[in-house]
Amino acid sequence: MIGKIVSILIAIFAASALLIGVKDFPKWADPNQPASLHVSPRYIEKTVEETAVPNMVTSVLADYRGYDTMFETSVIFTAGIAVMMFLRRPHK
Amino acid sequence: MLEQIVSRYNYWIYIILILIGFYGMMAKNNLLKKLIGMNIFQWALILYYVSIGAKKGGTVPILSEEAGSPFEHLKAIQCVNPLPHVLMLTAIVVGVATTGIALALLIIIYRRYGTLEEDEIIEELRR
Amino acid sequence: MISKWEDLIIETLCRFLIPFMQTYSLYVLVHGHSSPGGGFQGGCIMAACFILLVIAYDLNEAKKRFKEKINVIFCSLGVFIYAGTGWACLLLGGNFLDYGKLSLILPTDPIKARYYGMASIETGVEITVMAIMVSIFWDLVTGGKHEEALEEENARADCK
Repeated sequence: MIGKIVSILIAIFAASALLIGVKDFPKWADPNQPASLHVSPRYIEKTVEETAVPNMVTSVLADYRGYDTMFETSVIFTAGIAVMMFLRRPHK
Repeated sequence: MLEQIVSRYNYWIYIILILIGFYGMMAKNNLLKKLIGMNIFQWALILYYVSIGAKKGGTVPILSEEAGSPFEHLKAIQCVNPLPHVLMLTAIVVGVATTGIALALLIIIYRRYGTLEEDEIIEELRR
Repeated sequence: MISKWEDLIIETLCRFLIPFMQTYSLYVLVHGHSSPGGGFQGGCIMAACFILLVIAYDLNEAKKRFKEKINVIFCSLGVFIYAGTGWACLLLGGNFLDYGKLSLILPTDPIKARYYGMASIETGVEITVMAIMVSIFWDLVTGGKHEEALEEENARADCK
């Protein structure tokens, strides 16, 4: 019982620490926020000219950031191998 | 003050979801409920990151190949930012991998101790 | 433990729906370049087809149609295709995963060759994701003991 009260106090404390920082964030759906000003206009404007693919999400995922996708594929592969290692045992 | 909350309400919603997930991870006794709390935390974080890339009046980030359609040449200010979507695709797959391995671990714990309650397992370990 | 619950409506519907679902998954994979989609999404839909077989029928039927040895080969074949495309670009004189150099083998210009490079790596991603999702599902559902689950189903079928 006391564990639940302590944990809800800790969770409220952590969430309020995050919410105080929200004051400095840009407004929602602001076209001039810093997240969309530096690299992403280049990806949007040059996607058909540098890679002949009209879908910006696929061209960023597979061409501009191809290394990340390769290691992500190996992460899901490793997870499958780990589940096989835990659960399958040789029969007696 | 109210105007500040209403203009940034997406951050408020996702931080409250993070709070719910975090409470679930800490306060519940059953191991499976802790795992569900971790999942809620993870998905709230992914949604939070994707909502950063929204733009007012923005459209789908896909150019069209037909001539004469309204999506043919889009300027950068009209498209929704595609970068958060791409980065969160990787995060979703990592989340699925983590959940799969955690469920396999829970099966092994159940076979070894016969229960999934945390206090019973700790009592068993202390003996 | 998987028990066989015979229900004619579910079995007939699944036999009818699964080919269409597989075609849809390949459609989503190939149209990843001009509409939302790609490798991960198509792989999950394809895995859902094989999981539907286990849910509607039982594990014996599903393993007759998709053997476990082929599943294990598919797990690593996808990563091999992905890294193999990167190696091919390296051997043809460019950087790793620099698909422009694939125009030396394919009959297109260097910009269009990036299109085909991306198509081949998305295929690799789909094969791996499909095989791993099906493998994790089989392991979690039988608790790791595949042979005992298959024997129990056979015993139950013999009792009837």
